[in-house]
Amino acid sequence: MKADDQKRLLREMIFFRRFEDRCFEAYMERKMGGFLHLYSGQEAVATGVLEMAKTGHDYVITGYRDHVHAIKSGAPAREVMAELYGKETGSSRGRGGSMHIFDPTVNFMGGYALVGQPFPLAAGLAMGAKLKATDQIAICFLGDGANNQGTFHETMNMASVWKLPVLFVCENNMYAIGTRIERSTAVTDQYKRVCGYDMKASQHDGQDIDTVMEAAKTAIDFVRSGKGPYFIEFMTYRYRGHSMSDSKGYRSKEEEKQWEKRDPITIYAAKLKKAKVITDADIKAMEKEIDDEIENDIIKFAEESPEPRVEDLYKYVLDDNPDPRWIGPLQNK
Amino acid sequence: MAEIAYWEAIRRAHDEEMANDPLVIAMGEDIGVAGGTYKATSGLYDKYGESRIIDTPISENSYTGIGIGASMVGVRPIIEIMSINFALLALDTLINAAAKIRYMSGGRVSCPIVMRTPGGTAHQLAAQHSARLARMFMSTSGLRVVTPRGPLDACGMLKSAVRCNDPVIIIEHERMYNIKEEVPDEEFFRPLEGAEIVREGTDITLIGYNFSVYLCLEAAKRLESDGISAEVLDLRALKPLDRETIRRSVEKTHRVLVAEEDEAPVGVGAEIMAVITEDCFYALDAQPVRIHAADVPVPYNYTLEKEAIPDVEDVYQGALKVMGKI
Ligand SMILES: Cc1ncc(C[n+]2csc(CCOP(=O)(O)OP(=O)(O)O)c2C)c(N)n1
Ligand SMILES: [Mg+2]
Repeated sequence: MKADDQKRLLREMIFFRRFEDRCFEAYMERKMGGFLHLYSGQEAVATGVLEMAKTGHDYVITGYRDHVHAIKSGAPAREVMAELYGKETGSSRGRGGSMHIFDPTVNFMGGYALVGQPFPLAAGLAMGAKLKATDQIAICFLGDGANNQGTFHETMNMASVWKLPVLFVCENNMYAIGTRIERSTAVTDQYKRVCGYDMKASQHDGQDIDTVMEAAKTAIDFVRSGKGPYFIEFMTYRYRGHSMSDSKGYRSKEEEKQWEKRDPITIYAAKLKKAKVITDADIKAMEKEIDDEIENDIIKFAEESPEPRVEDLYKYVLDDNPDPRWIGPLQNK
Repeated sequence: MAEIAYWEAIRRAHDEEMANDPLVIAMGEDIGVAGGTYKATSGLYDKYGESRIIDTPISENSYTGIGIGASMVGVRPIIEIMSINFALLALDTLINAAAKIRYMSGGRVSCPIVMRTPGGTAHQLAAQHSARLARMFMSTSGLRVVTPRGPLDACGMLKSAVRCNDPVIIIEHERMYNIKEEVPDEEFFRPLEGAEIVREGTDITLIGYNFSVYLCLEAAKRLESDGISAEVLDLRALKPLDRETIRRSVEKTHRVLVAEEDEAPVGVGAEIMAVITEDCFYALDAQPVRIHAADVPVPYNYTLEKEAIPDVEDVYQGALKVMGKI
């Protein structure tokens, strides 16, 4: 990988961390409502996998922890922030919020609150690509907890029987809210669970973006070549609580410290410094530039954007401009 | 014009729409090689192949979800669920996903799926094969819900449903698949909105949907021999509901009965009564009546089942009550 790309990747991960930190602040200031699930600690997974995908072309779908996946897919960060502010300029026009970022212009097909629901939707996106005979694949990011849903088993089976071009990325952070994986899941290595569906699968470190990219490339090449689905598992850790109301009483400080030593940004920064691609001063400058962008462009845009109009409450329930040939209404004589 | 059966009408709609658009597909259990539980896709597997007539495993929630995912990127799936009872397994993807994706994406993503399923009692199928869940879908924002009563609507509304950009739930009925009706030979569409006055009358309005329209029509014949002129209104579309046609009919007849095969609580009939109360209360000359199923799981025993499910006699007696004759 070229030095410029390496620098860009590091910058992206720092940006995602800062973006999420800024969301935390805005939430505390009550600029945002609802649930807010932050991605801090897991950045190397979405950044690394999507770096290897054809973003804007491939379909991407995920759960409620979706800001970073959306932005890395190409959704403008300002629109994601405006969505969190509930503004009309938001990616979902203020109708979705944090858990429901959508940007079909870059084929980011949404964030969903129902754990496990994106599995079949992703397989459907892949089925669409297959029917249209494009070279697109669908990439579905979900957590370890999602694999205990029926949709996981149903979808893995169908994706495999029908050889759908879909990549399932399991972000195993070992917790489903406050329940540690051993307490809920008989087989803790998630990649082993799909062997019952005769599906290709592998497990990797999710904190080192180089490892993530290499593994993702193999998986994506496999799926794109038409050989069928692939399930890839990354071991990772979320730093913050599950959502904002979580005091993390279910895990130890020691465990958190252990994982902080494997911080994806620190690991990558150290590698780049060692390779003399970047210096501490460069990183400082980068951070300053990012904070400026977040404050003076992204937050400003969200703050200054208009609210949706109350008159538009009923917009987007059904097609707002339906074809009367199909809709009618029926005329009685 | 040729007379065809309800199931043939559905088959014809599939065939025409699949010929018209290569992105129209059908999915469901046993719809392909086996030809479909209700023959609604018979012969189409050979014509369109396994990538478009898709035999699914018994995984209602996820194959519905796969259809929804595909619909988000331009595919138009017609999903058959063998019985509305099994649609309960697919409620997450239908109600939490299909019905809400347009809204929560701010209108940027739509889910033009069609889900067809028979909902009603047949012959002693007992509690787990006799659900009537129209009211549940009718109460979900973001869905269209229609109940074609005969081959004309079965074909024409399915074709419209495939072309419309919203998720459409089509509720059929096990006892309607062999009903025959004349339909045009040339291509035709029937709109997804609007109630239909299927019999004109002046003394009382009998409102039905799905199979209960036939109960209303039979009851109307009997009422006629008693000198009572009954108007029969087929709701056709439960969502969005045609309040206007209901109001106009009630303002004409001043008396109304709603007949449904569903149970009463929080039901379709309850909604229609609320609409009448809100829109034309002062037009009423008599207390309205609801005819509905008993609020029990449907029994297997022939006599008990017959007692639980409304029939023509029930509608007839109900109408006499509204008319003040009993
Ligand atoms: C169907 C469903 N059940 C329960 C919940 C509540 N819930 C939200 S997130 C979550 C845990 C999911 O854990 P995991 O899949 O590991 O994802 P992570 O949050 O760790 O990224 C639960 C139980 C939900 N949103 N949907
Ligand atoms: Mg987890």
